[in-house]
Amino acid sequence: MSAGVETATQGAGSAALAAVEPRGARPHRISAGRLGIYAFLLVSALFFLVPLYIMIVTSLKGMPEIRLGHLFNLPAEPTVQPWIDAWLNACTGRDCNGLSPGFFNSVKITVPSVLVSIVCASINGYALTYWPYKGANLLFGILVFGAFVPYQVVIYPLIIGLSSVGLFASLPGIIIVHTIFGMPILTLLFRNFYAALPVELFKAARVDGAGFWGVFFQIMLPMSVPITVVAVILQVTGIWNDFLFGVVFAGRPNWPMTVQLNNIVNTTTGVREYNVNMAATILTAAVPLLIYFVSGRWFVRGIAAGAVKG
Amino acid sequence: MKHSWRRNFHLPAVIGTVPMILVAVGVFVIGIAFSMLWSFTTSKLFPTYDFVGLNQYRRLWSDGRWLVSVNNIWFFGLMSIACNMVFGYLLAVFMDQRIRQEDLFRSIFLYPFAMSLIVTGLVWQWALDPNLGLQAAMRNFGWAGFTFAPLVKAETALYGLVVAGIWQGSGVTMAILLAGLRGVDAEIWKAAKVDGIPAWKTHAFIVAPMMRGAFATAFVLQCVSVVRVYDLVIAMTGGGPGIATTMPAVYVIQLITVRQNVGQGMAAATMMLLPILVVLAVGGVFQWRRSRRKLVHA
Repeated sequence: MSAGVETATQGAGSAALAAVEPRGARPHRISAGRLGIYAFLLVSALFFLVPLYIMIVTSLKGMPEIRLGHLFNLPAEPTVQPWIDAWLNACTGRDCNGLSPGFFNSVKITVPSVLVSIVCASINGYALTYWPYKGANLLFGILVFGAFVPYQVVIYPLIIGLSSVGLFASLPGIIIVHTIFGMPILTLLFRNFYAALPVELFKAARVDGAGFWGVFFQIMLPMSVPITVVAVILQVTGIWNDFLFGVVFAGRPNWPMTVQLNNIVNTTTGVREYNVNMAATILTAAVPLLIYFVSGRWFVRGIAAGAVKG
Repeated sequence: MKHSWRRNFHLPAVIGTVPMILVAVGVFVIGIAFSMLWSFTTSKLFPTYDFVGLNQYRRLWSDGRWLVSVNNIWFFGLMSIACNMVFGYLLAVFMDQRIRQEDLFRSIFLYPFAMSLIVTGLVWQWALDPNLGLQAAMRNFGWAGFTFAPLVKAETALYGLVVAGIWQGSGVTMAILLAGLRGVDAEIWKAAKVDGIPAWKTHAFIVAPMMRGAFATAFVLQCVSVVRVYDLVIAMTGGGPGIATTMPAVYVIQLITVRQNVGQGMAAATMMLLPILVVLAVGGVFQWRRSRRKLVHA
């Protein structure tokens, strides 16, 4: 099972190999060189961790304490009020409903987008591998090219196209957009995965009389679990973290969490409530962070797959 | 590529891939073609078809805001790619020294990549705030002369973006390069050791050249994300102070939405596509030459 993932992601740079264990026995001597190695790694780790620490600590402080400027101190009087405010009361302009509407919008956008894009991509990958019709590989080449295109080049034609069918600034509109921009990488992922399966499986099913959909549903789909997990991780984090498409294509009532977060933080008039802002930021990052820490090495494989290299 | 079964055309296969056909042809061919087409017109808020030749490109390249964006993307791109590669490579080399808690370190270096660039931008906006961030904290510790608040000054604001970019992206570079390092044959290290070559020389002259593929992957990934940089700028500086940190991606969106000048916006978008085309073409030539060499040797 995991062998399938290895081969599937191998076309996409071999970062899946990052899972390989270091070789040989652990050295037991503690030399100056080894101290230097750990010193470098620890200082680097601090660079990565300090911002997170600052955010968590500040989000638990009251505003008077923040104004003292002791950034690194633990909160003297810890309070969860900023978190409650961030979720329920923080203001974007005149609306003071906090981040919660944005959270549910993000869910409404992410779940169908992930489903639709993965279904499309798995059928693409399957058809490209086993039923290549004339021109199919040209289409695939265009798709891979599309993975490198700056979004700004296609955003305006998409706005015009979607508004001509009445889907601009709507939930179906943003789902279509996420499906479009997820398709290149996901198709590559599924194509490489299916190409690595033994072709005898396909031939045997064909001899038994299964057609295009028969082989797909009875043979390929049940075998696609590992690659689908990678695809889900990739898409959930990618779509949850998206800002640009959300702000352009979703329409104000459907703005995802990232857009609302940015509005709460960057357009506030009057006193800036840093503790509320930081709590809001952590809340927005919570879903992808949770996926990251739960999925562990699968996430690294997702990145390897995202490192498009056809 | 595996051979199809019997015939070369199966209606269900075509029907099943209708979404792919629509996206590849409709979005990435027709869409880009229309963007380029509109760049030769006087389109304002809505597309029009009165062609004015290269006028929009002339106006684009005499617009100070665009020139600043182009300068910025070069500076930001070169700085952040160079720093990312060096730092990512160092991290990978140090991670490869059979250290304890490798998984823990890997998780720490990679977690910023899981978060939105909006989050990264806001985090560093606060960390670099002169009155609340690192500068204030260090001064409170008693280091009165400590000054590090790049975002408030136009000349240094880009450095702030670079720091945030490194924080978000160098973990990925590390992961890719570490995989490359682990892919190098262990015998090479032994042979170099037997020959008495110092470890750093082995790294620089033997192992690093063998990791070309990993370096190329990391580099391409960085290039694509640099050209796309939008969220980070919006969240961290909003393009300011003034227009000091505006970028081509921000410029195009502004022209389409706020300034309602689609013709010029599409000219700018077309210019953004150019470097990507060049990088892809160079990559394509390399791949073609490699495949030819393989054929000759076979």
